[in-house]
Amino acid sequence: MTLPEGTPEMNSPAPVAPEERVWRSGGEGSPVCPAFDELTRQRTKEIISRYPQSRSALLPLLHLVQAVEGYVSQDGIRYCAEALEVTTAEVSAVATFYTMYKRTPRGEHLVSVCTNTLCAALGGDEIYARLQARLGVGHEETAGEPGTTGSVTLEHVECLAACDFAPVLQVNYEYFDNQTVSSAEALVDALRRGERPPPTRGAPLTDLTTVSLELAGIFPALAESVQGSSVADETLRGTQLAADRGWVAPAMPDLPPPWPDLPEKG
Amino acid sequence: MSTPMSDPLTPVLTRHWRLPRSWSLQTYEQTGGYQALRRALTAHPDQLIQLVKDSGLRGRGGAGFPTGMKWGFIPQGPAGPGAKPKYLVINADESEPGTCKDIPTMLADPHSLIEGCVITSYAIRANFCAIYVRGEALHCIRRVRHAVDEAYAAGYLGRDVLGSGFDLEIVVHAGAGAYICGEETALLDSLEGRRGQPRLKPPFPATSGLYAAPTVVNNVETIATVPAIVQGGSDWFRSMGTEKSPGPKIYSVSGHVERPGQYEAPLGITLRSLLELAGGMRDGVPLKFWTPGGSSTPLLTADHLDVPLDFEGAVAAGSILGTTAVMVFNETVSVPWAVLKWTEFYKDESCGKCTPCREGTYWLVQILERMVHGRGTPEDVDAMVDICDNILGRSFCALGDGATSPITSAIQYFRQEFLDLCAEQPAKPADLVAAGGDR
Repeated sequence: MTLPEGTPEMNSPAPVAPEERVWRSGGEGSPVCPAFDELTRQRTKEIISRYPQSRSALLPLLHLVQAVEGYVSQDGIRYCAEALEVTTAEVSAVATFYTMYKRTPRGEHLVSVCTNTLCAALGGDEIYARLQARLGVGHEETAGEPGTTGSVTLEHVECLAACDFAPVLQVNYEYFDNQTVSSAEALVDALRRGERPPPTRGAPLTDLTTVSLELAGIFPALAESVQGSSVADETLRGTQLAADRGWVAPAMPDLPPPWPDLPEKG
Repeated sequence: MSTPMSDPLTPVLTRHWRLPRSWSLQTYEQTGGYQALRRALTAHPDQLIQLVKDSGLRGRGGAGFPTGMKWGFIPQGPAGPGAKPKYLVINADESEPGTCKDIPTMLADPHSLIEGCVITSYAIRANFCAIYVRGEALHCIRRVRHAVDEAYAAGYLGRDVLGSGFDLEIVVHAGAGAYICGEETALLDSLEGRRGQPRLKPPFPATSGLYAAPTVVNNVETIATVPAIVQGGSDWFRSMGTEKSPGPKIYSVSGHVERPGQYEAPLGITLRSLLELAGGMRDGVPLKFWTPGGSSTPLLTADHLDVPLDFEGAVAAGSILGTTAVMVFNETVSVPWAVLKWTEFYKDESCGKCTPCREGTYWLVQILERMVHGRGTPEDVDAMVDICDNILGRSFCALGDGATSPITSAIQYFRQEFLDLCAEQPAKPADLVAAGGDR
C-alpha cells in the first residue's frame, strides 16, 4: 500500500489524554480530506472522550469516516490515524479485518443475505442466487452507480442471529424476516425504484451512510429511530404460550431473603 | 432432570416482553425495574458476589463458567493488582450460527441488561463498563443506547448512582463484523481498537483484561439474569433447573419446526419437550439432526430426544450445551452439505492467528467441497478426522475447536452418508441441490 504523504513518526507523537488533546484541524500541509469538516471533527472528539484510552475509539471512528464518505477511503484511514495518533498502517490493519468496513464506494443500500446453514436450508441460498440474477451483480458488487438513489450493493453474509425468522436478510442492517424468493425480489425491485419498504424489525429504512453514523455512536434522531418495530410472533412464542397455559416461574419470596454472610477472607 | 415443581416454561427474563414499549424505562420501572439495584446498593459488594455464587448462575454465552466465581477472581484491595481500575465488558456480539437470544433480549428489555451491569459493576468495583454489541444488530444498539441515556437521566448511571457514592460510566460500542470478536479476549483486543484476535491465556481477563487491567467479560443473558437473582435470592433461582445447572434459560428453537421462536424454560428441558412446545416437526417430516447450542456444539440425532439440555446432560451425550441455540433439521437435509456450509463459515471467520485453525479450516473446506460435488474418496473421511484431530486443542481460542465439532460429530453419526457420496460418483448435481435445497 502506498501512502502519499505522512510518516509513522508524524502520526505518532507522545500520547495525551483525550481531554487534553489539541486538535489539529487540518492546517497547512494536512493530508486530511476536506470532507472531514468541523462537524465531523466535533463528533470525533466526542467519540474519543467516551473511552478511558483513545485508541478504543478506532472502530467507531472508522464507522464515522464511512458515514462521511460512504466507504473507508485512504483519506479516511489517514484521518483516523491523525485523530488517534497511531500509524496509518495500524488503522489499515484494523479497517481490513472487519467486514462492515467497505473499501470501495457502495450503493445507497446494502442488502445482506444470510447463507449460513440454517437459512440456506430454508431457502437462503436460493434467495441469494435469485437476487444476484435480478440485480446482475455478485458478492460485494453494486447495481447502479454507487451512492446514487436506488443503487444497491449485494452481499452474502454469515448468521445474522435471527434464526427463528429464517430465511432472513438485512437492508442497511435492518431485519427483513421470513423471506421468500418473491418477497426478496420485490424488496430489491422497490429499493432500485428509490422506495424504502419498512423492515420487519428495525427503524424505517434510511441509507447506508446514515446507519454508519449510528454505528459510530452518533444518533441524530434516536428518540424516533428507537421506536422502530421489534416484537414479532417468533420472539414472543414462549411467553405467549406460557400466558395461554398459565405457566409461570416460581413466585419470588414476598421479602427478599437476607444477604449471605461475608465470606471469610483467605 | 428439571425440577418437577416448575412449569414447562418459566418466563423470568422474557416475562415482560409482551408489554407495550417493553424497552422503555417507564415500562421497566412500572414492573419493578431498578428495585434490585436499590437493594443491591445496600449490600457489601462481596455479599453480591457470594449471592451469585450461591445461586449457581453459570455463564449463558456458551461455556457455562460459574459467574460468581468469575467475579470473585477480580483482585481487590488498596494495593497491588487490586488497586488497578476494574472493568466490566458485556459480550453482546451474538454471532454463533443458530444463536438468536441476546438480540431479542436487547430489543425487548434492554433495561434488565443495564440494571444487571450496574449491579455487577458495583459488585466487582468497576467504574467503567462497555457493552460490545454486534455491529449488524443495529436496532439493538439503538435500544441499548437509548436505555443507557434513560438510565443516566434517571440517576441509575453516572456520578453517585442513587446517592450511593458509586460512580459508573457505560459506553455502548458497536462491533464491525467479525465472528471471532465473540471470543472474550478477541473482543477485548477489538475494544482496544485492534484486529479482533484472541490472546493466549493465561493471563486471564480477570487479572489482565481490558487495558491489561482486571476485567469481567459476561454474556448479555447472564447479566440480565442478575437483577432477578438479587430480588428473588439464590434459593428461588435454584427452584428452577438442575442442581449443577440452576435457573431459567432462553432456548432458541429454529429450523424445521412448526413454531420456531424463543422459549424460556428451566435448564434441563429435553428436545422432546421443546419440540412439543414448538408444535412439532414442520409438516411432520421426521427429525434427522440438531444442535443443542449452535454450530460449534457437536450434532445430535433423533436418538437424543430425551437428553436433558443442561451443561452436564449435553456433555454426557457427547455434545456441549453452548448457547441453547437449538437448530433442528429434517430428513431432507444432506449432512455433508450442512457440514460444508458450516465449515465455510469457520474458514471465513478464522482470524488467521493460529496455523492449525487457519490452514485446517481451509483444507477441510477443500475436502468437503469435492466430496459434496461427487469427487470425494473414502480416504477423505479419514483425512478430515485426522485434520480435526490436529486442530482440536491446538489453537489459542475455541474457534478451531468449534470448527471440528460439526465434522467429527457428523462423521460419528452419519459416516455412511459421506461414504455414499463417494460411492455414487459421478454425482448427479440435481440430486445434491435437492438434498440441500429448500424445505
